[in-house]
Amino acid sequence: MKCQQCDKPAVFHITELEAGEVRELHLCEDHARVYLNQSEAAGGSPEPKPKGGGLTAPLGVGQTADELAALDQKACDMCGITFFEFRNQGRLGCPHDYVHFEKELEPLIANIHGATQHTGRRPSRPAVTGEPLPEGTEPLTAVIGMRTGMKEAIECEDYERAKELRDRIRDTEQRWLDRPTE
Amino acid sequence: MDPSAQMNLETLTNNVGEWLRGTGPESDIVMSSRVRLARNVAQYPFVSRASEQDRAEIEKFLRERIAMVPAGKELQYIDVGHLEEVDRQFLVERQLISRELADAQGARSVAIDGREQVSLMINEEDHLRIQCMHSGLDLKGVWDQIRLVDDQIERAVPYAFHPRWGYLTACPTNVGTGIRVSVMLHLPALVITRQIDKVFRSLHKISLAVRGLYGEGSQAMGDFYQISNQTTLGKTEEELLEQVGDVVPVLIDYERRAREFLVRETQQNVHDQVSRAYGILRTAQTITAEETMQLLSRVRMGVLLGLIGDVDISAINVLLVRTQPAHLQKLRGLELDTKDRNIERARYLRQHFEGNGPKAAAN
Repeated sequence: MKCQQCDKPAVFHITELEAGEVRELHLCEDHARVYLNQSEAAGGSPEPKPKGGGLTAPLGVGQTADELAALDQKACDMCGITFFEFRNQGRLGCPHDYVHFEKELEPLIANIHGATQHTGRRPSRPAVTGEPLPEGTEPLTAVIGMRTGMKEAIECEDYERAKELRDRIRDTEQRWLDRPTE
Repeated sequence: MDPSAQMNLETLTNNVGEWLRGTGPESDIVMSSRVRLARNVAQYPFVSRASEQDRAEIEKFLRERIAMVPAGKELQYIDVGHLEEVDRQFLVERQLISRELADAQGARSVAIDGREQVSLMINEEDHLRIQCMHSGLDLKGVWDQIRLVDDQIERAVPYAFHPRWGYLTACPTNVGTGIRVSVMLHLPALVITRQIDKVFRSLHKISLAVRGLYGEGSQAMGDFYQISNQTTLGKTEEELLEQVGDVVPVLIDYERRAREFLVRETQQNVHDQVSRAYGILRTAQTITAEETMQLLSRVRMGVLLGLIGDVDISAINVLLVRTQPAHLQKLRGLELDTKDRNIERARYLRQHFEGNGPKAAAN
């Protein structure tokens, strides 16, 4: 995560309570020193770093408590994991989380790796017949949501919808799996 | 447990794993070189979010698909979910599975090749963890082997991949390449000369992690340390291999110089320490795993410094593993409590150092 005042990494994470509202600050060592000196001169007492730190620290920059609470409630539309659950466990729920929570994960990943773009090996999916498969596997991960939808349809006795989803799952999986392995 | 898994464990107990051979480049200091890749199947939730049924399906799916590729045909599966605790612990001591896989719940397994170089863990933190390990310093050899296995499996299994984030993993600390490159080093002279902390601080500054022998969270035992990369995104696999590979010769050089210093400046002291360690191992009546590892570490250094003449390095490497709690119990064929294990461990050591001679341990 970068400092809010410059391009250096943020190493100080400060939570300020102002008029009943929470304000998050993420600063490099130099800007934190300036900020803390100002706070002390003004008689304020800076709050300690938020609980958790690193992977589980709140990620919003300059966000209010209400905004952070709303972010925590945000849930993946495939596996259902909330951002709060991820922050607590430090583990994501499914591959789609990297798309669904991309905005929230980006500063965290930048903080961990110092990079936000993969430059290593990539899958090669030689075209067999028909349309070639994309490099990213998002269309196949959509099957997770389809399975949940199918279960719900069965519970609601909407068998037409369940059958339609079952066929879509079968077609998607076939497209990705029926390929030569030798 | 099914009979084939039992047979596999019996074979493993009586064999010597690849990383214990004590061969390969720089094997006086480098115990082993290891690479692991974290991969997930695109159409399932990650393990921590997967239901019991999902986990069973993932396990079956991976087992069947991996069996379709040439590399998969050479593997033996062990159903970790149905193993006794002592057998799970045995595989951890052997470095074939992680503590996390041993302690996990639900369907999970490990597939191992005959030479114990390749192991595939199914349903650990990620759906698939591919590991390859060689004796000594051989990161290139390890990388060439694991890349081949990974390429073959990828033809049969659609790994979760995103054009920007790379290979998608349950924890964002592994995303991108999903690679962890690690080298296990024996650094007793740096410990004795109290330079080890300084070395570790320098490694942290260049984004390398240092762990004890048995991986994350464990204390370093017997002066064995694992050096590995901390980041996995934004660099190629080759760059990450280089990041670890470049620092190893420097550490080897430091350790060699510290050993030379010890011999030059404090030879009598070192010789005394090594001889006392050897003496205790040959005569103790009861001994803990920790003390054994510490003493074997000293003896290992003594052998390499030419202070002990009749001991074989690979025998020491083997004893390091065979004196661990689960290995001892498997070798004895009995469940033993801590007190009895300490007695059995001392007996086993005496037998090898006095009776058959230490070289017998490697057979």
